[in-house]
Amino acid sequence: METSNAMPEFSHWSCPLPLADYPTIVMGHGGGGKLGAELVEHLFLPAFRNPALENLGDAALLELIAGRIALTTDSFVVQPLFFPGGSIGELAVNGTVNDLAVSGAEPRFLTAGFILEEGFPLAQLAAIVDAMAGAAALAPIQIVTGDTKVVERGHGDGCYINTAGVGVVRPGISVGPQHAMAGDAVLVSGTIGDHGMAIMSVREGLEFESPIRSDCAALNGLIAQVLDAVGPAVHAMRDPTRGGLASTLNEIARASHAGIVIDESALPVRLEVQSACELLGLDPVYVANEGKAVFFVAPEAADCVLEILRAHPLGGEAARIGHVTADHPGILVARTSLGANRVIAPQIGEQLPRIC
Amino acid sequence: MKYLTEFRDSAIAQRMAREIHQIATRPWKIMEVCGGQTHSIIKNGIDQMLPASVEMVHGPGCPVCVTPLELIDKALAIAAQPDVIFCSFGDMLRVPGTDSDLFQVKGRGGDVRVVYSPLDAVDLAVKNPAKQVVFFGVGFETTAPANAMSVHLAKRRGLKNFSLLVSHVLVPPAIAAILESPGNEVQAFLAAGHVCSVMGYWEYPPLAEKFGVPIVVTGFEPLDLLDGIRRAVLQLERGQARVENAYERIVTYAGNFEAQQLLARVFEVTDRAWRGIGVIPQSGWRLNAAYREFDAEERFHIDGIRAAESPLCHSGDVLRGAIKPAQCPAFGRECTPRHPLGATMVSNEGTCAAYYNYGRFLSADELAGAGRAAFSS
Repeated sequence: METSNAMPEFSHWSCPLPLADYPTIVMGHGGGGKLGAELVEHLFLPAFRNPALENLGDAALLELIAGRIALTTDSFVVQPLFFPGGSIGELAVNGTVNDLAVSGAEPRFLTAGFILEEGFPLAQLAAIVDAMAGAAALAPIQIVTGDTKVVERGHGDGCYINTAGVGVVRPGISVGPQHAMAGDAVLVSGTIGDHGMAIMSVREGLEFESPIRSDCAALNGLIAQVLDAVGPAVHAMRDPTRGGLASTLNEIARASHAGIVIDESALPVRLEVQSACELLGLDPVYVANEGKAVFFVAPEAADCVLEILRAHPLGGEAARIGHVTADHPGILVARTSLGANRVIAPQIGEQLPRIC
Repeated sequence: MKYLTEFRDSAIAQRMAREIHQIATRPWKIMEVCGGQTHSIIKNGIDQMLPASVEMVHGPGCPVCVTPLELIDKALAIAAQPDVIFCSFGDMLRVPGTDSDLFQVKGRGGDVRVVYSPLDAVDLAVKNPAKQVVFFGVGFETTAPANAMSVHLAKRRGLKNFSLLVSHVLVPPAIAAILESPGNEVQAFLAAGHVCSVMGYWEYPPLAEKFGVPIVVTGFEPLDLLDGIRRAVLQLERGQARVENAYERIVTYAGNFEAQQLLARVFEVTDRAWRGIGVIPQSGWRLNAAYREFDAEERFHIDGIRAAESPLCHSGDVLRGAIKPAQCPAFGRECTPRHPLGATMVSNEGTCAAYYNYGRFLSADELAGAGRAAFSS
């Protein structure tokens, strides 16, 4: 049994007594019996505590929300589970919160489904749950129901998490990728590529002079400030996660049947991210973000939005990076730093590090 | 970023481009040998900055592209075997073999792993004594030293479970083959800077002399490329045919002596098939007799693999610089990065992929129009 060797890493966590009997996940933790109940009682409930969850019924019972609701789901399978700047726990909460927020909704309720691999250290699970609780409190959003399943050793990658979120759409707000229109200014809330390069540097054992941290963060607060100020002037918002900024902008160009032009020299990229990308032959526009939003706003509102973003702790390096044009509908064009133009095509599969 | 930002300076680039406009009085065809240079030229739009009379012809220097289909099929056959850990650089994974690619082999249960160095594969062999670890060692002189080091280390450690599926190719014989090919129109070469960082450039003066062509050792950043092109045009206009080094911060005449010694110890020169081009005599390296036991083809006895290229694919003409990608009838139609018919469409550094990914499916007018609309406002 490789039970105790992972424990010291998470020494800050004090294990409630009944759980200490099983320092790793066993099949019984997902079996619906006493072990599973102990996990809920001693781990999930104390971490996520709220009235809806405390009923421990088969479903969370929530008051009807007036108006439109936004509903979204996302699954998290990141490896490694812990990385500079966060863990799968923060990702699972913030990822879903951000999907709600960029839809113009105020995040309210979250579900959490865990698929755990037999033998997964309980201390690591506790650290993940702890991270989720912290992220949920910060957002804020309530985790109101959940589920745990255990798969046999070798059938999972330690821990997978699915979260679904419900939010209330702000009245008078109608954002969507199809609403981007010619003339819109394109803004990004900060540096691009941080999350993807943080993961890659850990996963591939690459060491850089300064460690690259994931930008994982909940954006609902920042987005709320923008919507409070300029509301209907925001036509589209997206969080450029997998596939990075390039994929998001290509999706919006296609959905809106408009062309997008970005100025490469205006893209905010951290020096260490740029260096790592150069080393691996990757382009930061294709690298994932977990705490950035792209805004398509009416040109007259652009300066105001930029000011709000830059005043926010998560938007200090926000930049205006381009605009929407009626030309070349569906196509994303970048003006290179040399003044030439190139198309940034949608990506196929993963970016592959090149040979030389 | 040191050594990067100062070689991407837009104002200096514009100035150098203007200078090329001034000195070019006649039409010239210059080939950049290396796929990394092609990628940079297309990505940065350097060809758009040149006068119409100076045409860049894209050379065969993408290792992924010139690896023969037959060898890809051998890789697939080895990777599919149980008890094999098949290691490769990332961009070989999507290269289509006859029926499949390494991604699909992985999906079917093959243990295929992306590594960043062949030495990582040696470590894997040490850690997995019950498995056969194979590294897919392709590439030009640039990647060869690390591959040589991997078998050298494996031999020193007495590893019986490490081998190299090797297909190294060499730049100078390829340049000679292009110059000797009937109908060749290339008048000058930008030699591949990284290849020369290993090998130096002592191999090139005989070529420049024999064929009367300028050869300029050139780097990969925009200003490196513009400087290389400027020097090549200058020589052409003056009727010179010398070897020049425009990448002095990296390349010396003699190159990396230790690396060359190691290469000589591990490899021997052999005839090599280049995908799309055919066999070029004495144009590659294979493991020599002392290291033959680490040759994956010997170890796995992969026989009877005969590969057939798609008849629609003209990648050979593209690799020789005879046509531009858009002149291939399949470009952007049957052949896209998603469904590549030939390797030039697969690798990021492949000419066809570079053209496709950076929007050369738009006409020059459309691209220019995009820019005008975008930045005049």
